[in-house]
Parts: sequence; C-alpha cells; structure tokens
Amino acid sequence: MAKVRPERQALRAHAALVYLFLYGPIAVLVVLSFNESGLPTAWTGFSTRWYAALAGAADIHRAVLNTLIVAVSATAVATILGTLLALGLERLKPRAWIDGLMFVPMIVPDIVLAIALLSFYTLLEMTLGLHSIIFSHIVFNIAFVAVVVRARLRNFDKSIVEASIDLGASEVGTFWRITLPVIAPGVIAGALIAFTLSIDEFVIAFFTAGAGPSSTTFPMLIYSMIRFGVTPEINAIATIVLFVSFTLILISQRINRPVANP
Amino acid sequence: MPVLTRWIAATLLCLATTLGGAQAADKIVISNWDAYMPGDLLENFTKETGIEAELSLHATNEEIMGKVTAGGGAGYDVIFVTSPFVEALVKLGLAAELDHAKIPNLANLYSEARSLAYDPGLAHSVPYAWGTTGLCYRSDLVGGSLDSWWDLLRPSDALKGKITMLATDRWLLLPGFKALGYSANTTDEAEVAAARDVLIEAKKGLLAYDDTTFYSKLVSGEAWLVEAWDGWCNYGVYENPDIVFTVPKEGADLWADTMVIMAASENKDAAHAFIDYVLRPDVGAWVASNILYKVPNAQAMEGLDPGLYEAFPNLAMKPEDILAQEALRDVGDAMKLYSRTVTEITASE
Amino acid sequence: MPESLRRALLLGPGLTWLALFLVVPTATVLLYSFFERGTYGGIDTILNIENYVRAVDPLYFGILLKSLRIAAVVTAVALVIGYPVAYLIATAPKRLQIPLLLLVMLPFWSNYLIRTYAWIVLLNREGLINNALRWLGLVDEPLSLLYNDTALVIGLVYGYLPFMVLPLYASIARLNPEIREAATDLGASSLRGFWTVTVPLTRQAIAAGCIFVFVPSIGNFITPDLLGGGRTKMIGNLIYDQFLKARDWPFGSTLALILIGVMMALLFLQAWFVNRQMRHG
Repeated sequence: MAKVRPERQALRAHAALVYLFLYGPIAVLVVLSFNESGLPTAWTGFSTRWYAALAGAADIHRAVLNTLIVAVSATAVATILGTLLALGLERLKPRAWIDGLMFVPMIVPDIVLAIALLSFYTLLEMTLGLHSIIFSHIVFNIAFVAVVVRARLRNFDKSIVEASIDLGASEVGTFWRITLPVIAPGVIAGALIAFTLSIDEFVIAFFTAGAGPSSTTFPMLIYSMIRFGVTPEINAIATIVLFVSFTLILISQRINRPVANP
Repeated sequence: MPVLTRWIAATLLCLATTLGGAQAADKIVISNWDAYMPGDLLENFTKETGIEAELSLHATNEEIMGKVTAGGGAGYDVIFVTSPFVEALVKLGLAAELDHAKIPNLANLYSEARSLAYDPGLAHSVPYAWGTTGLCYRSDLVGGSLDSWWDLLRPSDALKGKITMLATDRWLLLPGFKALGYSANTTDEAEVAAARDVLIEAKKGLLAYDDTTFYSKLVSGEAWLVEAWDGWCNYGVYENPDIVFTVPKEGADLWADTMVIMAASENKDAAHAFIDYVLRPDVGAWVASNILYKVPNAQAMEGLDPGLYEAFPNLAMKPEDILAQEALRDVGDAMKLYSRTVTEITASE
Repeated sequence: MPESLRRALLLGPGLTWLALFLVVPTATVLLYSFFERGTYGGIDTILNIENYVRAVDPLYFGILLKSLRIAAVVTAVALVIGYPVAYLIATAPKRLQIPLLLLVMLPFWSNYLIRTYAWIVLLNREGLINNALRWLGLVDEPLSLLYNDTALVIGLVYGYLPFMVLPLYASIARLNPEIREAATDLGASSLRGFWTVTVPLTRQAIAAGCIFVFVPSIGNFITPDLLGGGRTKMIGNLIYDQFLKARDWPFGSTLALILIGVMMALLFLQAWFVNRQMRHG
C-alpha cells in the first residue's frame, strides 16, 4: 500500500469519529435490548426476554411487513419517475423557477401534505389502505430522486451521448449503455434517500392510512406506543433491523465482489 | 424502451391489486390509545359475539380528531376520545346518535356518569374511564407531602429542574387556572393572561413538558414531581410504591375518556354491541384492573380486587370525589386564545 | 423521435403525479388560509385575510426566526462534518465505496423515534453520560444535557446527516480524479486544491445536501418535543399545533404558506446563484 498522506489520515480519523457518532446511540439500544429490566436506567442482568416477547407480537410483524411494502413500492415508482423527470428537465433551458419548483414537495410541511392528501382522497371517495400511503410517499420521493439525479447530470458530458448515436447506437441502447451507468450513482443515492425517507415516515402515513392493522406501518405503531414510554421490545426490533440490514449489505458485497473487481 | 415499460406496467399492476383489496364490511374498526384496553379484549369480544373487530391506534386525541375531521370519519366505527372532544365531534356532525335500547348495560354505569355536562344523557358517547389530573410525585425524594398546584408552579429550590408538566393545551393551562382559582374552562382574557404569566414563570423550574413518558421519568428519578392523569400515575406507582398521587387543594378537572360511534359507520349495530360488551361488569372490572384507570361502571368497580384499591389509592376515588372536580368542556372559539397562550408560554425563553 | 415527444415522455409521468397528488391537494389546503376556523374546529368559508394579520404577530415571527436559526446551525454542522466523510467515501477504493455509504445509511433504517429515544437515554439527568461522569468523579450533580437547544441541534444533525452525505458522495464520486490530482501536482497543496477545485465543482450537491437537511430540520416537530422537552417551539410545532391541537386549519395553512414562501425564496436565491455561476464559470 502506498504511503498515506497526512491529510488522508486526518480524513480517516474524522470519518471514524462520525461513524462513532452515528453508531454510539445505536449501540446503546442494542445493549439495552438485552437488559432484563427493560428500563434504560439500570442494568439488571442479561436477558433475551424482549426478543421472546417480540416473537409473539403479531402486530409488530405485520407493521414491519407493511412498512417494507410501502417503502419498496414507493421507492421503485419514485425512482423511475424521478429519474425520467431529471432527464427531461435537463433538456430544458436552466431556469431558476424550474429548479425551485422541484423542491416544492420537499418544503411543504408533512402535516400540511398529510391533511391535504387525506382531504383529497376523501373527496375522491377512495378506499384508504397501504396503496394510499404509497401514492403519498411517491410524491415527495419523486422530488428527492429528481434532485439528486440532476445534481449528477450536471457536468455530464453530453457529447458522449451524441457520439454514441452518431456511431449508430439506438437511443434506448445509448441510454442503457452510456447514460444510465454514468448517472447510476445518482440514481442509487436518490433511491436510497427515498427508501430511507419512506421507511421512517410517520405523519403522512398516519393520515393517509386506512383504519386498522392492515395498513399500520412500523413508525405509526411506534408513535402510538411511545405514549407509554418506549418499551424494550422496540430496542429489540431496532437491533434486529440493524442486524438484518447489516447482513444484507455483507451478502450483497459478496455477490458484487467478482463483478466490481474482475 | 421495452424493459422500462414492462417495469412500470408491473408496478402499476402491483398497485392496482393493492387497491382492489378492500376491507370486509362485517368487521368493526376501533381506534383507541395503545395499551388502553386489555390485550385480549377484542379477541374475547369476537369469541362471544361473533363480530370481528380490528384495533387501530392513536397517540393523542388531536390525532384522531384531525383524521376523522379530514376524512369525515370514514373507516372507523368506534373511536375513543376525551370528553371535550365529544362535544366537538357532535357539533361537527361526526358522532352518531346512540340507540340506548341496544346498550342495556348502560344501567351498570354510576348515575353520576350518565349526566356529565359534556354529553348529558349520553346521547352521543359512553364513558369508558374517568378521572382527574393532579400531582404525581416521589414521596421519598420530595420529603413531605405536596398538596397545592403552587408546589408545581413555584417549586422549592430542591425541586427546580425536576418537574414536568403535561404538554397538551388544556392540561398545560390547567394548573395555572386552578392555582389562581379560575375555572378550568375560563374564556376570560384577563384570567387567561394572568395564568399565562404564572406559567411562563413556572417554566423556569421545569425539566420538560411531557405527555407520554412522565411516569418513567419519576421511576428513574429524573423527575421528582410531575403533573399527571390519575390513572397514568398508577403506572409509576406500580413500579415504585413511593410514588404518590394527590389532587391539589385548589381543585382539578374531571375528564372522561369516552367511546363514540362515528356517524359514517356502516356497522352501527355491531358498534353498539361492542360498547355494550365493554360495559359488562366483568369486562369493566378486567379493564380497570388492567389499565389501572377508574371505570365509571358501578358494578365493575365493586367487583374489583380489594388489593388493587390498597396498592393504587386513587382507584378508590368515589364518583362524588370525581364529580367534585370541574368537568372539562369544549371552549369553542376560545381555543384560538388557548392555543396562542400556550404558544406564548412554550416559546418564552 | 421528435424532441418535444421525448420531453413529454420524460417529464409527463412525474409531472402528472406531482400535479395530481401535490399541486391539487396543497392548493386546496392553501385556499383554507383565506377562511376561518369554525367554532368547533371545522372551516367557515368566509373569505378574509385575518389569518395573515394574525401571522405577522411578533410572537409567531419570533418563532420563525428562531427556527431559521436552529435549522441553519444544524445545516452548517452537518455540512462541516458530512463533507469530509463524503469525500473520504468517494475517494476510497471502488469496492469500499458502497459499503461505507451504506454504513452511513444503516442506522436510519431503524426508526426516527427510536433513534431520538437513544439520545434521551444517553443525555438525561440519570442517563449514561451523566452516570459515567459521576462514576469518574468529574461531576457531583448531574449536568443538564437534555431538554435544551444543544440537545435539539445534536438530535437534528444525527437525524439528517445521511441526507447531506449522499448527494455529496454522488457528486464527488463523479469528479474526474485527474482534475483533483492535477491541482495538487501543479503545486497547489492538496487542501488548496480541495478548496479551489473540488468544492466549487460540487457546489450543486452542497446546495442539494444543505436543502435536504435544512428543510426537514425547520419543519421538524418531534425532536423539539422529545429532545427539547417541549420547551422550545419551532415553526413545525406551531403548524402542527394549529392543525391538530387547536384544530385551526385555516391559520395552520397560513403559517404553512408563509413557511413555504420563505423556503421558496431561499431556494430561488440558491438556484439563481448556482445558475449564474454556471453561466459565468
């Protein structure tokens, strides 16, 4: 390995601290999830009883599943629509108002959007359920995806596209082989933001959900649970979610390695 | 772009299928606070009546009010709200008129609970639990007993920074109103302003405004004195018997958490059956011993395990003790004044 | 394919969605701002501007200013600690980039409330930090770490840091490494190369990241409640209170409209600034 520049070392030290900042509180939750008493104030002994309690909590299982359905669907649709939108906007002359307009869904306070959407759905006499949460989440997700992809499209050398077409490639082929790979990090980042927002969104989901557990998402469940203080089962859930995500990342890395490093 | 088109088509199809999955009609949906009902209550109800019931949760009155106001109450059959909100629901035309013939167990209620001012004669609501608001504190840490709202508003130095107050408008203002000898429903601008000044001063001695976790703050010792609903103080007592509840000598409020059938409900008979089931003496007693709140059900309270009255003294409050407090009412247009006043208090430095 | 058709195909679906599910519903609510609260919390359709008169009250204006200040501090802190991390990730070996990025996102796939709750556990008077300090003999009386503006800022930075890191990463990763290296080779110290080359080229992403952090920070109402202990009121709380607690939708709409207006103004300013620089640079 080449000699590491001091700037690089400082950068690594800084990043280490930031990762500590990000994971410190999470680590606390993980430890607490094994605390017998369940209260954060005192360690009364190691126990897995909160995990056992989780195993029987059908409402929590259902809420987690609902959240995943909402987040995955909303992210998929919003990533496609948002990317197309970004590509389309790139073909227009840069105008401040268009850039500004893209930010509208992000700056409308969630409670306003929530009340507005519920009133709108009621007006249409639409049956509420998971689908109405998905429709609502797509709204703000589109904007986030479009903005991130657009940031990536700036400085994108369009002469490559023209060259590709001049050389006889079809437009669609050019898109898949040239444009998409170039904007891919932007699309991935946008999709990640959308997924993250969607999986954690409470206010809009609460208002646009149907009644009952069939459209209760995990954040909605947690929000009503905190009326009685955060219960230790929640620590156990956070730990499991973390563990599952971590495992998925590890697996995806194993799969990706040969491709990334031929 | 064939792949893309297929992808979009698949997604739309997926959405359309979800759309089609409407709920079965012969099922009632109940919205209540989390853990405010025994976990097996709905299951037992279904077993006995054959009516399917689903539980939906709200964290505050305000949330469910916002939801039924914007959605016209569609999708819900029975919702649990606190008394002043019943008045608003009725005025907004969202609450169904009750058919008492379908709720024979109404007879089990204390007569006092059938003539409460927010809904005399229980035309639109049935009380589920009732009680008052007062001081909930760690007698071992405070040293001595507390008996006045002023203990909360102008605390001793030892208590400063170890106090929490309730955060929702009505209960945030209540200690100020009562300490000054005003009505809990006052709409007099000068009185509200005077209470505001007291509450702004009181904020300096406050740890936090807290509606949800105050009892665990008491248990951990982070707070020593909190403004609390009687039933909820019992959750603290359960963890630590040194925690005591008291109604301040200046008086407090009377609230009732009620069951209301939505005017938009398509299963009103089943909804009535649910309310009737909850009012059964054995079910009421099971509710009270499970959530540790008083239920306004004479038969149920008589059937309660005497050990509970010993462990949680405020459960033993009689209807006349509760009725001695002032019933919370909807204040109509004065909500604007309340809301502004609370903003002034919470935004003050 | 003619250019106009291509544009329509690209822009059509997204814009239609936004028009249907955003513009129409929001416009309806904003119409409310010219109506009045009904006595019991409904809406009286009497056209007037009373709500706007109420909104310019110094009380509400002060809350807006305070919210702007807190959101600005949060954004600045997130940028300062987030940029170097994004830079490190983007310049790391290719196979490490995505894992490192996912590690930034990972904590955020649990739940905002749970994460915020973790800070309560850490910071409260009987919390882990205070207990550790007491155990070490550094303090006698527990410190008041929670329920103040500092705790609020920490919580918001913690909540939204990934939204700063992601766009920055996307933008820095796209930079041609030769450009960065060239600046250094030409004798510029790498720090100067960073300031004169990398930072200006990622301007757009800096702006995007700042907006992703600023916007949810200023509209947030849960963190002021939980970590601020309800002792601080931000504009998000105020709007939330009008819609839910006071059931005064018309006034809530008015406040929301004003907040949207302020943010639009900031955004136009930013977009204009970036576009101008593009044209000249």
